[in-house]
Parts: sequence; structure tokens; C-alpha cells
Amino acid sequence: MTDSNLFFMRMRGILRKEMLQIIRDPSSIALAIVLPMALLFIFGYGVTLDAENVPIAVVMEDHGSSARDLAARFELSSHFDVIRTNSMVDAIKMVDERLIDGIVRIKEDFSSRVALGETVPVQVILNGVDANRARLIQGYMAGVGEKWAALRRDRGEDGAAPAVSISQRIWFNESAESRNFMVPGLITLIMTLIGILLTALVVAREWERGTMEALLVTPLRRIDLLLGKILPYYLLGMTGMALSVVVATTVFQVPLRGSVLTLLLLSSLFMLASLGFGLFLSAAIRVQFVAAQISVVAGFLPALFLSGLLFDLGSTPLAIQVVSHLVPARYFVAISHTLFMAGDVWPILLPNALVLAFMALVFIGLAFRKLSKRLETS
Amino acid sequence: MTNVVGSVAAARQDAVLSVRNLSKSFTAKNKAVTSGLQDVSLEAMAAQVTGLVGADGAGKTTLIRIAAGLLSPTSGSVTVLGLDSVAESIKIQSRVGYMPQKFGLYQDLTVAENMTLYADLQGVPVAQRSERYEQLLEMTGLAPFTRRRAGALSGGMKQKLGLACALIKSPRMLLLDEPTVGVDPVSRRELWKIVYKLVATDGIGVLVSTAYLDEAERCDHVVVLHEGALLASGTPDDFKKQMQGKVALVSPAAGEPTRPIYTHLASKNHIVDATIRSGRIRAVADNNAVNVVDDALPTGFAGTVAKAAPNFEDSFMLLIPRKGPQFQANGNQPALEKDIANEDVVVETRSLQKFFGDFEAVKKLSFDVHRGEIFGLLGPNGAGKSTTFRMLCGLLPASAGEIRVAGRDLRRSRAWARSRLGYMAQQFSMYGQLSVTENLGFFGKAYGLDRKRLRQRIDWAFEEFGLTPWADKAAGDLPGGYKQRLAMAAALLHEPEILFLDEPTSGVDPFARREFWLRINSFAQQGVTVIVTTHFMEEAEYCDRMLIMSRGDTLAMGTPAEIRALASTEENREPTIEDAFIALAEGQAGEA
Repeated sequence: MTDSNLFFMRMRGILRKEMLQIIRDPSSIALAIVLPMALLFIFGYGVTLDAENVPIAVVMEDHGSSARDLAARFELSSHFDVIRTNSMVDAIKMVDERLIDGIVRIKEDFSSRVALGETVPVQVILNGVDANRARLIQGYMAGVGEKWAALRRDRGEDGAAPAVSISQRIWFNESAESRNFMVPGLITLIMTLIGILLTALVVAREWERGTMEALLVTPLRRIDLLLGKILPYYLLGMTGMALSVVVATTVFQVPLRGSVLTLLLLSSLFMLASLGFGLFLSAAIRVQFVAAQISVVAGFLPALFLSGLLFDLGSTPLAIQVVSHLVPARYFVAISHTLFMAGDVWPILLPNALVLAFMALVFIGLAFRKLSKRLETS
Repeated sequence: MTNVVGSVAAARQDAVLSVRNLSKSFTAKNKAVTSGLQDVSLEAMAAQVTGLVGADGAGKTTLIRIAAGLLSPTSGSVTVLGLDSVAESIKIQSRVGYMPQKFGLYQDLTVAENMTLYADLQGVPVAQRSERYEQLLEMTGLAPFTRRRAGALSGGMKQKLGLACALIKSPRMLLLDEPTVGVDPVSRRELWKIVYKLVATDGIGVLVSTAYLDEAERCDHVVVLHEGALLASGTPDDFKKQMQGKVALVSPAAGEPTRPIYTHLASKNHIVDATIRSGRIRAVADNNAVNVVDDALPTGFAGTVAKAAPNFEDSFMLLIPRKGPQFQANGNQPALEKDIANEDVVVETRSLQKFFGDFEAVKKLSFDVHRGEIFGLLGPNGAGKSTTFRMLCGLLPASAGEIRVAGRDLRRSRAWARSRLGYMAQQFSMYGQLSVTENLGFFGKAYGLDRKRLRQRIDWAFEEFGLTPWADKAAGDLPGGYKQRLAMAAALLHEPEILFLDEPTSGVDPFARREFWLRINSFAQQGVTVIVTTHFMEEAEYCDRMLIMSRGDTLAMGTPAEIRALASTEENREPTIEDAFIALAEGQAGEA
């Protein structure tokens, strides 16, 4: 029998074994299919960076028509849930009790001063515990005020017509929904999870159950061992990712503007980089519990925080930006945001893809070097 | 056909394995897992079984792993079938069969799928497979189970499947690492039959490590390792020859109790080893055993002392250097056997049953245990021993039937019962990072001992178990025998009336096992009731009474003499407990 025949026979054996194990072991299916779906729904529905229905109090110290008109504007806005009150003391109490996140105070001389054509201040107090949210609410409030002023000018209730009117348009994410931003990023997270956690766990499991030892004392080459782990988990990971894309575009109505082929190609690169990293870890770690811990700390958390998935990396400190360049997820977040919201924009995709390809090569190469047919780790 | 015979004959002179001045040391990181080797040289021949014998930490597994190419030597060389174990490990791996301690089977794969996997990995041509599978399945008796998942096989069947996978490519050499650990005697015997058949028909060389000394006796050649060094090697007969006159057999007179005499002899310093075998006491001494034993026997002994034919175990016990003081049982107490049957019943079960789903793990078990008795639960893995045990301790609710502990229904007074019993789990259940003192302190407080009593009991534990030098060591770093002592000390801190010990001697070397039984014996004499499980059949001799279980059923119950009598036949007038077990188990299989 020729060497290549033997190689194919060994590959067939190891691939069939891996497939049967995946099918029969509910935990790997759970990790590859159920967990991604759960994450997608939790993040897709539960975590949003928009502020909707923010509870606020409008303190009506003035009951004139202008004051009532302004308060009604707040009530009509989808951003706010308004509680009207006449007493500032009550409002402050509600902030203390965390019932509301902000106070809009319309003072008693508001209507009369508006009638005189003066610019009248409206006091705004915000709960600043979550600074980002406070800034967001502040923006919404200012918007309500401006819109009200513009409306008055249109109705001719104010004297001078506005010199400039600002008309906003948000590109790529027209409805400015953070879901369109979150869900493609989430797919990155899911692929990281499958690529690193799953591979690290299954290899550690072979060590724990003693099957790795028996496997090593067969004429298996290192390359067989590597391919035998990469191929099945590549397929499983890509299945999980395809499922996530289908759910993203149908359930969450996230647009996919790039081509499916490009997505397949570039996500393959990312998958391989993750698998390489997972295998590299698993070559050294032989206990499932430790493998899970380390892959979460070294794989999942950086992908969550240092990839630009939750925060725009441009606004982070320089040190973090530098570190983020080591995280493969960063490049794929850029790719998936582009593919989902803009399209096949190669000037953005190509550099990111090249870095990913390089990383995949490096990690798989390291894993190959680290994989040994001996029990001692070198 | 003549060809085959010719090649076997030629192979007989070949060394399949030759080890030259092999040393292996481990870096601190790996040290806890395996032990090293120092300047070991040996050869294993084709068509022979070479046994590697030694206590835990002797370096048996390390040697086999180096031969399999899993570890590289620090210095020295190993050649397998003429191939260097470092440079040509891939070639070696396609010519040898290797069975690791955990068998290396994929639990989610069926018997047939496991075999196909190893056939693929070993590159067995597809055309030859069906014939080979048929041979192996017939040889191992696994033919009816090809579609069953490996995880659902019994211990003995797993071990045979592991062997079938190692044999898939008709290897020229077989490496077996403790193949019979935790397997019932029937399966153990069957495995050895298979191995000897292979040696005889195919002329393959076998290197097998074992902790069972009776297995070493069946090898063609035995190598004794101790703490990484080679102590002796030769045929079992070579070993036995040197033991002439060093073994004495003490037969008590009719009606004279055996155990107190055994305890008495075992506590004498110049008697190297004492064991109970088939109701008699074997004693090993450095010289002229009969005289030494005669002098040591308690006054009033009415039985006889005779020279006995030595076996390998005797010489092994003499070979291995002893460390530190041995356990001194309070054996100088008068050799008084209590009349156990008249004592109170402490544990009582009636029609005890346990179901896991549809599976009946324990089938209508009824037995009584009296105060101060050592009661053994024996049987192979999966017999239902541990399940019964957990129900007795109140860790697992019974599906049906009654358990009464000290006269009270366990179901109604579980907490009350627990304060009266001590439990030592099969796995080491002390906190590895805490010191010995801290562990004892914790368990004492968990049992609700007040400060003063706790201090007294911890002092007692240090004294009784010889733990003083280890007081500040982390429990996880203790040597095996001391871990077991610590676990037992923790179980005894609150002075329980009943002591439950689940497989206390598995994974413990012969020395620690002997010491353990002496200790148990002395607790029983102080009135503690001991219920113990074991799969070492010869340990049953140390029990007052035993219950032998198989597949959840009671096979037999009685004193060691009563059990042995069940297997007494014309050919075998002095059967061992193991013979009795095999006879009983085969009888059960015949009925089924």
C-alpha cells in the first residue's frame, strides 16, 4: 500500500471518529448550535446601545400653555416615559429611589418669558451613574427642545425664522439601530467561542479519558492529528456561523449588503485563525476545566472587549488600541461590519483579510510545532 | 505451515525489547504524575511474557511509555524490534500494540467503530479486516456486542476491547500497562488466557506491568522495579529457589481462631510478611522461617507450623526494602475472639433494592452486621457494591426495602445515623492544598467536635496513624499510603461506631494494603464495626463475614471458611476465595 493511501485511510478513520463523537455527544452540539443561538437572542433583544422609554419626570412649576406644550413634546417622544409632577422635591426623591433617570424642570415664569420672546432656560438634571447613557439622554432632551423651538418658528409663534436648519442623515445604519451594529459583531464572538473553546475542550477531553495516549501510539503523524481536529471543527464552526447569519438576516432583519461568497471566504480565514489558537492552547492544556478557563480569558474576553464589537476602538486609549491589534476578532469585526452594512468594500476588507490569513498561518503553525507525539510538553 | 513454525522458532531467540542503561528524570512540573528511572537495563524476548512488577511509583508505566515512544529517555537507549525508540518511534508504533491503563477507548463509539478506527489508524488493508475482526471478536467474546457503545460495556469487556484494538494489526510486540486493574477475577483470568494463546500461536513478545503478584508468577520472565531502580530479574522459579526455607505455614487447630494469631505474628519485627491464605497464615522470615515462627507464636497455640512452598509474592515482600516503622497493632493483647453472633445487630437491611431507571442495580439484598464485625462487600466492578454502600451511608435513597442503623430506620433518622458513622470515599476526598493538620481540623469541626475534643482527637490521629512528620505538608503531596491514612483518620475523628470504607485498598501497594488490614483489625477489636468493599478477593480472608455480589445479586454470604468450602472439589481441596468467586460467577453465568 502506498503512503498516500495509508494517509487517506488514517484521515478517514480519524474524521469518522470525530464526526460520530460530535453527533453523539450532546455537549459539542450544545456548544456549537445552542449557545450561539442563545447569545444571539440575548444580545439581539436584550442588549442595545439605544435608550428607549427612559423614565423621566417633568416638573411643572408653570401651567401656562407653552409649558404644557413643551411637556407634551417630551411625552410624545418615543425616547421617554414621562411622569408629570408639580414638585421638584418629589422629583428628586424619585431620582434617589432610581425610579427615574432625569428631571426636566419648567420654572414658573416659563410661559410668560416665552411670550415676551426671551430665550428661556429649562433646567435638566440627569442621573450620571452611567455616563454614556446620561450623555445619550441629554442629547435626546436637547433634540426635543430644538424640535419644539423649530415647530414654534414654523407655526410663526416665534418672531424670526431660523437662519440655518440642520437636517441629519445617518449613513449605513439609517435607522441608527445599534442592533445592526451588534449582531454582525456577535457573529464574530460566536465563531471565536466555537473555534477556541470547542477545540480546546475536545482535545483536553481526549487527554482526560486517556484516548490521546492510545492515539499517540499509532503510526499517526502530527499533520494527521492537526488536520483531524481542524477539519471537523471547521465544518461545525461554519455551520454555527451560517445559522447565526440566517437568524441575523431573518429574525433581526439585519441587512447583508456584501456577497455571501465573500462572507464565506473571509469568515473561513477567521475560523481557521480561531481553530489554530484553540489547538495551540490545547496542545499544552490537558484538563477540560483549565482549558475552558483559559480559552475564555485568552479568547472570548478579548474578542468581546478588544475587537470593537461593543465600543469603537478609535475612542479607546492608545495602549488598548495597540493591544487590540493582536486580537484576531478585531479584524473580523471590521470585516463583518463592512460586509453587513456597507457591502464588498475591498479596500477595507482586503487589509483585514490579509492580517487574518497571516494570523491563521501563524497560529496553525504554532499548534503544529507544539503538537508532539510525546507525552511531555516541550 | 512449516514456515510459520520455522519463523516462530527463529523468533524465540530474538529480543523484542532491549533497554540499555535507561534513566529518566522528570522536571518538577511533571513529577507528581509519573516517577523516574535510574540506570535500568533489561531485555524482553519474543514468544515470552515479561512481567514488570513493583509497587506504586516503581517506574513501570514510565518504562512502558518510553518503549512506546511516548516519552524520551534522559539517558540510555531503548530499542524495540531493533528500532530506536526516539528516532524511529513512528515505525515502532506501526509494529507494536499498546494498551494504556485507561484502555484508550472512545466511549461514544461502538465496539465495531472503535475497532475500525484503530484499523484505519494502523493501516490494516480493508480486504483483511473482516477476517481479522472475526478472529478478535471470537477470541475476546465480544461478537454479540459489536453495536454496543464502549461506554456501556462492563470493565472486563472494555479491557478486552482495548486488547482487541491493540491487536488489530497483528503486532509483533504487545505493551500492556496494568491491564487488569479494577477488573473482576473472571475477566482477569480470561485476559491472561488470550495473551498466552497469542504468545504460543503467533510468537509475539509481551511486556506487561502489573501490581498483582500472582500474575507475575504466570510470566516467563519477571523484572522487579522499586523506586525507579531494577532490583532483580529472572524467571519466577529463580525467585522461588532463593526462598527455600524462608516461608512457614501456620495451621491453627480446629476451632482456633485465625485472625488473632495473624495479628500477633504480623506485629513481630523479624517476621517480614504475614498473610492469611485459605484460612492459614503464611509467614515469611529472612531465615529458617519455621523456627522463627515457632518462637513468635503466642503461648497456648494448639495448631501446627510447617515449611511451605514459596511463591513469587513471598520473595517480592522480602526483596523490597522497608521504609520507616511498620504498623504495630495492639496485637499483644490476648488472642480472644469475640463471639460475634451474640453481639447486637448494628446494621440491618431487608429486601433492599435500587433502581436507576429500569435498571435494577441492587436486587433485594438482606443482611445483618454485628457490632465489632468486619463485614466485606465483595464483587467485580458494576456488581452493585458502591450503590449498596451509598444507600447504607444514607448518601443515596433506597428504591425499596429497609435499612436500620443501630436499631433506627435510616429513612427517618438520617442525621442521627450519620453522626454515628464514619465514611471513607473511594477517591481521595481531602483538600489537596490544605495541610494535614488543617484537613483534620476542618473535618473535625464539620462533625461538630468542640475545641478541646478536636485537639485531643487530632493528637490521637497523629499518634495512631504516624502522621506527625507530615503535619504541615499539603495533603495532595503525600505519598499514596499516607493519603489513605489521612483519609481514614478524618473518618475516625468523631469516634464513629460504624466505619464505612469504600475500596480503601485500590491503587495502594501491597505494603500499605497489609498495614491497612492490621489497622482495621485493631479497630474492630476495640468494638468499631467495619463495613468494607474490595475487589481484591484475597483480602476477603481478613473479614469476619462477607457478602459476594454480582450484577446486583447476592452470590454467597458467610465466613471465609464457609465461602471457600463452596468451591471445594476433588482437584482443588484448598480453594482460595478467588476460586470460589469464579466458581460462583460461572455458575451464575450458566444459569443466565
